[in-house]
Amino acid sequence: MYETTYHRAGSVADAAALLAKAEDAKLLSGGQTLLPTMKQRLAAPSDLIDVSRIAEMQGITDNGASISIGAATKHADVAGSTVVKQKLPGLAKLAGGIGDPAVRHMGTLGGSISNNDPAADYPAALLALGATITTSKRSLAADEFFTGLFETALDEDEIVVSVSFPVAQKSAYAKYPNPASRYAMAGVYVAKMGDGSVRVAVTGAGQGGVFRVPEMETALAGNFSASAVAGISVGADNLLSDIHGSNAYRANLVTVMAKRAVEAAG
Amino acid sequence: MSQISMVVNGKRVSGTVEDRTLLVSFIRENQGLTGTHVGCDTSQCGACVVHVDGKAVKSCTMLAVQANGSEVTTLEGVASGGELHPVQAAFREHHGLQCGFCTPGMIMSAIDMINRHGAGNLDEATIRHELEGNICRCTGYQNIVKAIKAASDQMAGMAQAAE
Repeated sequence: MYETTYHRAGSVADAAALLAKAEDAKLLSGGQTLLPTMKQRLAAPSDLIDVSRIAEMQGITDNGASISIGAATKHADVAGSTVVKQKLPGLAKLAGGIGDPAVRHMGTLGGSISNNDPAADYPAALLALGATITTSKRSLAADEFFTGLFETALDEDEIVVSVSFPVAQKSAYAKYPNPASRYAMAGVYVAKMGDGSVRVAVTGAGQGGVFRVPEMETALAGNFSASAVAGISVGADNLLSDIHGSNAYRANLVTVMAKRAVEAAG
Repeated sequence: MSQISMVVNGKRVSGTVEDRTLLVSFIRENQGLTGTHVGCDTSQCGACVVHVDGKAVKSCTMLAVQANGSEVTTLEGVASGGELHPVQAAFREHHGLQCGFCTPGMIMSAIDMINRHGAGNLDEATIRHELEGNICRCTGYQNIVKAIKAASDQMAGMAQAAE
């Protein structure tokens, strides 16, 4: 790891000020992706701004029709939260399936979505539930937040503060983890919202990161059952193809995971 | 460089470290506590697991400065008064090791697992699932799982006896 200078931010404003001042700073939350990347010298930020202890970025709040989760909330805390388990069990299960127990004690929601790894789990939940991301500057819909592979709509000096998840009628996530890395080869989050509309988001498979599947959404809105999506394929053209699996294999996985997610949602 | 201070195994320690120093390096090289191992150094194997503020984390994937002000427990800190922790004793009793390199992380993850689920509440499937982040290159999982189950059950008995 190259040399870097560590700062512990006390507030979002403090972190934003440090970010503006430093030459090439990165925000450090749980560090479960950033630190391995730095160890491999694939990233060499001049400064690290630790946002993990900022009070405004902690905690899970039940707002009735939605649940708000602070960006620095650990995966283990989302997985274990009584309110999340009760109102969005699919989201609790997703958080409890990220990495392994030690990683879940450090990794955070804000870190995951800001990095927008194409195989990360959280982006699928945000997109499928139509979550709203509150940053240090504005509010963004999940549909406009995720813009591409490791790309988001965040400005250089913008910090994710919290995410608000609308409570779905029912929702669930199913993923096929890579047997070695446990990252999603394909993960599908399916949500039936309060108004009866359905949203389906896929992670792990797309060349441009997480994406929605309108065809599945329409089919499920009419008939919320696994058989409704069994015949729908996303097509292999825009999917990832690598040593872990071809794009055709991933296209098949997406359909299988969509069926499993619908079944799990009940 | 940063001046840091933390409580390691109940003792306040401090030191001056480069900001890029990993927690595991601080523990091993600065504190001389070599019970915590570095296996893969890529956050996969879990040989470096320690507890920070009561929770299992991979100390190769955390900076020492991040733990500034925290309480850290390493393998050296789990026995009390010369008596092995029940999990350590169970690993010995059930021979939960082959070469032993992964053992420190296995024990720290096992203690964390028992803390979270409650003693006596672990079945074999849960233990295997919970060990997802700990790799035994000798593939000696059978006895590791057996040891954790035995320790968990024994600790439940101890808690009952204490009531």
